[in-house]
Amino acid sequence: MKVLVPVKRVIDYNVKVRVKADGSGVDLANVKMSMNPFDEIAVEEAIRLKEAGKVEEVAVVSIGVKQAQETLRTALAMGADRAILVNAADDVHTDIEPLAVAKILKAVIAEENPGLVIAGKQAIDNDMNATGQMLSALLGWSQAAFASKLEIEGDHALVTREVDGGLQTIKVKLPTIVTADLRLNEPRYASLPNIMKAKKKPLEEKTAADYGVDVTPRLTVVKTTEPAARATGIKVASVDELVAKLKEAGAV
Amino acid sequence: MAVLLIAEVTDGALALDATAKAVTAAKQLGDVIVLCTGASAKAAADEAAKIGGVSKVLVAEDALYGHRLAEPVAALIVSLASGYSHIVAPSTTDAKNIMPRVAALLDVMILSDVVGVIDADTFERPIYAGNAIQTVKSTDSVKVMTIRTSTFDLAPMGGSAPVEAIATGDNPGLSEWVEDKVAASDRPELTSAGVVVSGGRGVGSETDFALIEKLADKLGAAVGASRAAVDSGFAPNDWQVGQTGKVVAPDLYIAIGISGAIQHLAGMKDSKIIVAINKDEEAPIFQVADFGLVADLFVAVPALIDAL
Repeated sequence: MKVLVPVKRVIDYNVKVRVKADGSGVDLANVKMSMNPFDEIAVEEAIRLKEAGKVEEVAVVSIGVKQAQETLRTALAMGADRAILVNAADDVHTDIEPLAVAKILKAVIAEENPGLVIAGKQAIDNDMNATGQMLSALLGWSQAAFASKLEIEGDHALVTREVDGGLQTIKVKLPTIVTADLRLNEPRYASLPNIMKAKKKPLEEKTAADYGVDVTPRLTVVKTTEPAARATGIKVASVDELVAKLKEAGAV
Repeated sequence: MAVLLIAEVTDGALALDATAKAVTAAKQLGDVIVLCTGASAKAAADEAAKIGGVSKVLVAEDALYGHRLAEPVAALIVSLASGYSHIVAPSTTDAKNIMPRVAALLDVMILSDVVGVIDADTFERPIYAGNAIQTVKSTDSVKVMTIRTSTFDLAPMGGSAPVEAIATGDNPGLSEWVEDKVAASDRPELTSAGVVVSGGRGVGSETDFALIEKLADKLGAAVGASRAAVDSGFAPNDWQVGQTGKVVAPDLYIAIGISGAIQHLAGMKDSKIIVAINKDEEAPIFQVADFGLVADLFVAVPALIDAL
């Protein structure tokens, strides 16, 4: 069985986001970009399944700008076997919507025939939390979102999901889409020899047009603004002063 | 225009807080028709009918919907979709699982975590862990969205909408429920609690997290945790407050031993009053705190418990 893992190039987790003064979006020029942290977890899970002999091949795919090559090389250095880059935008500020991403992934899946797709549950840039669920819908497959544990058993997968009240375990038919939550695993760092080796692994380039998918957004961004700032607070010197202030404010 | 609102129903019980706040958002868009689904959902539907501003409640009772599996519930919602301009749900993990599936089946985009309704097509939603607010205009024929309930007020009770049973759908047979592991608790539910006491990495251990719980119980509060505390195994994941956990906006939020990474602030910075207790006076949490106390939490928290 083959596993396909979609990965996204996003602003690095530790970078302070700056909204552009003209309200057109967030400034992504000359900022550090990395693989979406949830996608790293998805790649790690796929590699572990291969190491455990449950799957034969791990393919990774990224949809976006040409620079997403770097993200794919990171996945290859972690241990993925093969990468596909789908060029769908020229400007690094263009975010391809989850619906269009899901449509492209559906077309990639028609060619690749994976038995399992593991995606990150959410990209930390648009915070949509949607691509995996949408892909599952378009394919008519089962879905197991927000996974903290994944076991492949024959023609199905047993998945423990992070839900509001605690955990839910479900059994889904393969092929399926799993989306990775934080506690699924702790991703490895790529070693230097593996980073060198990754440069020689195959990376195939395609375009959205190759798959006949229209990536025109359905949501037009009217403006992007900074959130309202909180009024500056005060430091209190002691627990007693804190309690007095809270009583004054009617909070306790 | 009419809005189909998917109520949050878990094991037959209506999550009134989440549903009634979503009603407030939905009411700005048109007549609100609420859908309650579950293995048993009649009691939940009767309760939803009392939320002010609800025009009608549809109830689909079937074992198939008992565990809110995405495939059958999404299929049911899609079968009901025609005639509605908007299909909305409170942003719970169930809705985040189901609604994007509904949107894709209808060939429309999802609007996740809507925090503001500008008009019938235009909405505000947070991006980058709430570090930016994006206003987006949808060109889709039907808007499928989840509502971040922490930013909307509760709709008042006192309604008496009619309740109508509707036909249920077929089982797509793609997935089955195995088990739930839900921690029983007498504490208030995290996302609707008036007071939340949260602990971070500074708490140091699962054992010491009991101190956070003790303060919470003194205040009748829910317990939260930062991602660092969850990752370190001090607290369960369903306590996680932040970008990828729960978003809360209580009247009082007490952050203890939490440094205040942007991902955590995303989940609590709309709280009315924020208190931070941290021994590191440079901790970013103090930038959002109304009252900051630079102190060792193991000294300050017991003193606070005694003083309250």
